[in-house]
Amino acid sequence: MKLRYLIILLVILSFVSVFIGVSSVSPFDLFHLTEDQAQILLVSRVPRLVSILIAGMSMSVAGLIMQQLSRNKFVSPTTAGTLDSARLGVLVSLMVFTAASPIQRILVSFGFALIGTFIFMKVLDRIKFKDAIFIPLVGLMFGNIISSLATFIAYKNDLIQNMSSWMQGDFSMIMSGNYEVIYISIPIMLIAFFYANKFTIAGMGEDFSKNLGLNYRQVVNIGLVIVALVTSSVVLTVGVIPFLGLIIPNIVTIYQGDHLKKTLLHTALLGAIFVLFCDIVGRTIIYPYEIPISLTVGVIGSAIFIYLLLRRKKYGL
Amino acid sequence: MVEVKNLLKTYNQKNVVDDVSLKIEKGTMTSFIGPNGAGKSTLISIITRLIAKDSGDIQIDGQDVLKTDSNELAKKISVLKQSNSINLKLTVRELVSFGRFPYSKGKLTKEDEKKIDESLAYMELEDLENKYLDELSGGQRQRAHIAMVIAQDTEYIFLDEPLNNLDMRHSTQIMKILRRLVDELGKTILIVIHDINFASCYSDNIVALKDGKIVKQGRACDVIDACVLKELYDMDIEIQEIGDKRICVYY
Repeated sequence: MKLRYLIILLVILSFVSVFIGVSSVSPFDLFHLTEDQAQILLVSRVPRLVSILIAGMSMSVAGLIMQQLSRNKFVSPTTAGTLDSARLGVLVSLMVFTAASPIQRILVSFGFALIGTFIFMKVLDRIKFKDAIFIPLVGLMFGNIISSLATFIAYKNDLIQNMSSWMQGDFSMIMSGNYEVIYISIPIMLIAFFYANKFTIAGMGEDFSKNLGLNYRQVVNIGLVIVALVTSSVVLTVGVIPFLGLIIPNIVTIYQGDHLKKTLLHTALLGAIFVLFCDIVGRTIIYPYEIPISLTVGVIGSAIFIYLLLRRKKYGL
Repeated sequence: MVEVKNLLKTYNQKNVVDDVSLKIEKGTMTSFIGPNGAGKSTLISIITRLIAKDSGDIQIDGQDVLKTDSNELAKKISVLKQSNSINLKLTVRELVSFGRFPYSKGKLTKEDEKKIDESLAYMELEDLENKYLDELSGGQRQRAHIAMVIAQDTEYIFLDEPLNNLDMRHSTQIMKILRRLVDELGKTILIVIHDINFASCYSDNIVALKDGKIVKQGRACDVIDACVLKELYDMDIEIQEIGDKRICVYY
């Protein structure tokens, strides 16, 4: 798959995405927009598109970095407790600082996501039995513990409805004014590109890294900070999008290998395309109503995931 | 010159490396032999800063290893541990390119590319350079790792059981290449090895270790000696001279 095709596909889908919706705006109106149409584009459609692109890219890249650093193809923010920790962080920030600004919320959520991911990586260090499937199972258990803790706190404080809104990823509430926090992901992703070589080397283990004079701990920590920041900014604006960080990097690996220098851009683009596609499906399938993104991604993503698992058996990925 | 003084490392109150002192001359090949658990791999890992020591002193060319910047050290010493653990899908060329990381941090210059080509040629891997590592046989993969170490272009090369899981043909091939690295390029090679006949035939010096202590160190012909080997392995080993080589018969 050439990079060029991915870019063309992304542009076409982005174009389609902007012109789907209840109030009709057609591409032909673009040069003589009514005031209403211009409003819809600027306040709702374009912010939605931007957040889809950023969320798709950054969650896929976060998954890729986690897989590289944990040296396990099945570890991602969903299967390592990162997402659950980020959600717990949002909850805590809602309770403790009731009038928190988006930036304060993201900081609290980021702190929790970071601590959660660190704990998971520490657990990983101590596990002797490094089976490929066993490790993500540990991560899922760990995530569920945190998640049940969050649910408990939410029940106690009558926040359960509030919380379920971040459980399901949903782009329909995105409007200009409430999504801008997600822009934090852009500079973070640039840093990820800058570290591509180092992440690849770190993925080959501590001894290998030290031999090449690489500060292994530092690189791993930077990776985890990137993952936690990106995850919490997406959870805060869009919500949880399952499977994304798991399947996209695995698909790219199949045709592009494991060198981050070659896979990062592909992973980012394919992630954006995948979310964009799922969003368009979700918006058209029961038009004029909408299916939340976490559902469409969940259905399509789990099918792909099962395919990847079966394929892995065949070829021994 | 590698100079180790009174090195000590303790795990669970057991001295894994116990008061080891040694000197390795430049431009030689030194084998570390000894039974399982003798502390050979640990010793190599400590000298190459992969594991922290408890006490003692390690100097390479008069510089304290722990006080030298890790990246600078990576241009002077390279270490290859048992390598079958890497399961990333990388091509041979990508792996070898990592050898240039200490110099260029991933932005390969013309000179880096030249070094990579040379190392691939040295290990006869040109035809395989775009193959993924998981498509290679054990011997080819081991050659790819050694090619990376050659691309790293360090004066000192440490190898931990490079012949593990290789058949005789590939083992001999690897040992011949290592010998050439010493003779042609003037490298200093330190190698942990189990097969004492390979150690006897290819190395200049041998260090024999048991229970973390040095039993004997010296020229290969002096260490390959019935008495020394009896003490080392607790078994009678007959030594026969075939041509100019001392071969141990222990079967």
